[in-house]
Amino acid sequence: MSDHEYTPKSKFGKWFNDRLPLLTLASHLTDYPTPKNLNYWWTFGGILTFCLITQIVTGLVLAMHYIAHADMAFDSVEHIMRNVNYGWLIRYIHANGASMFFLAVYIHIFRSLFYGSYKSPREIIWIIGIIIYLLMMAAAFLGYVLPWGQMSFWGATVITNLFSAIPLVGEGIVTWLWGGYSVDNPTLTRFFTLHYLIPFLILGLVVLHIWALHVPGNNNPVGIDIKKPSKDTVPFHPYIVIKDGFALLMFMIVFAFFVFYTPNILGHADNYIEANPLVTPAHIVPEWYLLPFYAILRSVPDKLLGVVAMLSAILILAALPWLDTSKIRSAVFRPLYRQFYWILVADVLILGYVGAMPAEGLYLLVARVATAYYFLHFLVVLPILGYKEKTLPVPLSITEPVLGGSPNLALAKNKENFKD
Amino acid sequence: MSEKKVKRRDFLFTATYAVGAVGAAAVVWPMIDQMNPDASVKALASTEVDISSMNPGKTITVLWRGKPVFIRRRTQEEIAEAKAVKLEDLKHPEKDEDRAKNPEWLVMLGVCTHLGCVPLDQKGDYNGWFCPCHGSHYDTSGRIRKGPAPTNMEIPEYKFVNTNTIKIG
Repeated sequence: MSDHEYTPKSKFGKWFNDRLPLLTLASHLTDYPTPKNLNYWWTFGGILTFCLITQIVTGLVLAMHYIAHADMAFDSVEHIMRNVNYGWLIRYIHANGASMFFLAVYIHIFRSLFYGSYKSPREIIWIIGIIIYLLMMAAAFLGYVLPWGQMSFWGATVITNLFSAIPLVGEGIVTWLWGGYSVDNPTLTRFFTLHYLIPFLILGLVVLHIWALHVPGNNNPVGIDIKKPSKDTVPFHPYIVIKDGFALLMFMIVFAFFVFYTPNILGHADNYIEANPLVTPAHIVPEWYLLPFYAILRSVPDKLLGVVAMLSAILILAALPWLDTSKIRSAVFRPLYRQFYWILVADVLILGYVGAMPAEGLYLLVARVATAYYFLHFLVVLPILGYKEKTLPVPLSITEPVLGGSPNLALAKNKENFKD
Repeated sequence: MSEKKVKRRDFLFTATYAVGAVGAAAVVWPMIDQMNPDASVKALASTEVDISSMNPGKTITVLWRGKPVFIRRRTQEEIAEAKAVKLEDLKHPEKDEDRAKNPEWLVMLGVCTHLGCVPLDQKGDYNGWFCPCHGSHYDTSGRIRKGPAPTNMEIPEYKFVNTNTIKIG
């Protein structure tokens, strides 16, 4: 995989590297040729790695003080908030960190949608990403149950009951998930175990995600294949490291704003009431990052089909590399796709909004239209667009639009080769 | 392949795979089954409820197997309303007589059959129950009338131990 042979300078380094080529790996990561036109939308991979590490570190610390028991969980969270040194800070970082993680992942996903990063030869990177996204949702849901507040309890009840929609075995699966006849202590302890496990699964998948990325290399805003290394690329270090670092700092300002100024704005007040199996809160809503899918679930009047629609809305993304029939990656050169892309963005935002509203009247109607459009975009618009759309001419290299300038493509191409 | 004679080694391989698969399944099953309700959960199977102080129009909620059970002493109007409904108007057709053996007493699981929330008493378009989570309306017999829930609220096994006590489970 390495683009050049690497030999450590020191004698010990050479001895070690012959036995475990860690230094070769470090050299590959440092010199990794990166397209030189990557914009700030490409910095979210690094930001997401930061988010994952933050969640793991703060989560480990919280687990030292949290007690996974139905009678004690709620009090132990308050104990963390009031008694544990800096407990409030660690918990607020962890709770808001989940939201920041999703904010970053949505930007990361929509960046891929805009620049066609999911297309050949990057399908496996994309599918691993979708699996990571699914695991993130699972981890977020499980983690939200742990404080054992009203929203925790009823959120857990509603989500686990989704499985009861499965014909024949549904009820049995739900009882198995609960370890009882309702959400109770056995449910809490297993949710804690799984919440602890999933971040490490994600970490493993992130390694595969990056590994798969380093085979073809990064996509870029122009969306063309580039020779690497060439004058279209720069080494990852220091160029991308500095750019990622700067973006990360900006991101951390937003993160810190939530943690220090409005730590509860993304949560629900109901979750500061201890779980009560006899009273359902008047209005149950999931965390903001799950709202679009919640809206899809509620927009279908049938229980089983609602669940199927919600799951399909996520899984359809995995088929995206084959649903999008256009050979051109970047939306920059796809004038029609670019418009449909922004309609999709608006559609998802609308779904998120109606997901937070009661499922009745106009909200329900809007949710149904938006749900229909969501599927239409992936199943009808994208496959047809690839054949019908008249795309703009794509440059031959990243440098060409800036320096090539020649209307004669052959000449520009020739010039490229000459400069190498 | 078909012309090849089956050798002792092929038999050994097949037998090894088969025994290995059975062994793996035997180890996996306890790992799965440990998540099912344990003996202590199953032991809490029945609850007795004192209903002597209940007047018509009153509902109490008791916990049975960690789930709420509604016990409602229905008014004459509610009983009449429940009996007047035509079966063909129902999404999940059940006669009121089959749901409330003693028409004055309705005993049912207070769990919405959509996704398991607890419906609110005396709310909704049918004077019965209304689930705030996803907007299911139930009538005075706990039957689904409007909204996403697929079936009526479940009637648990129960009996009158004497005139003042109901045993659920």
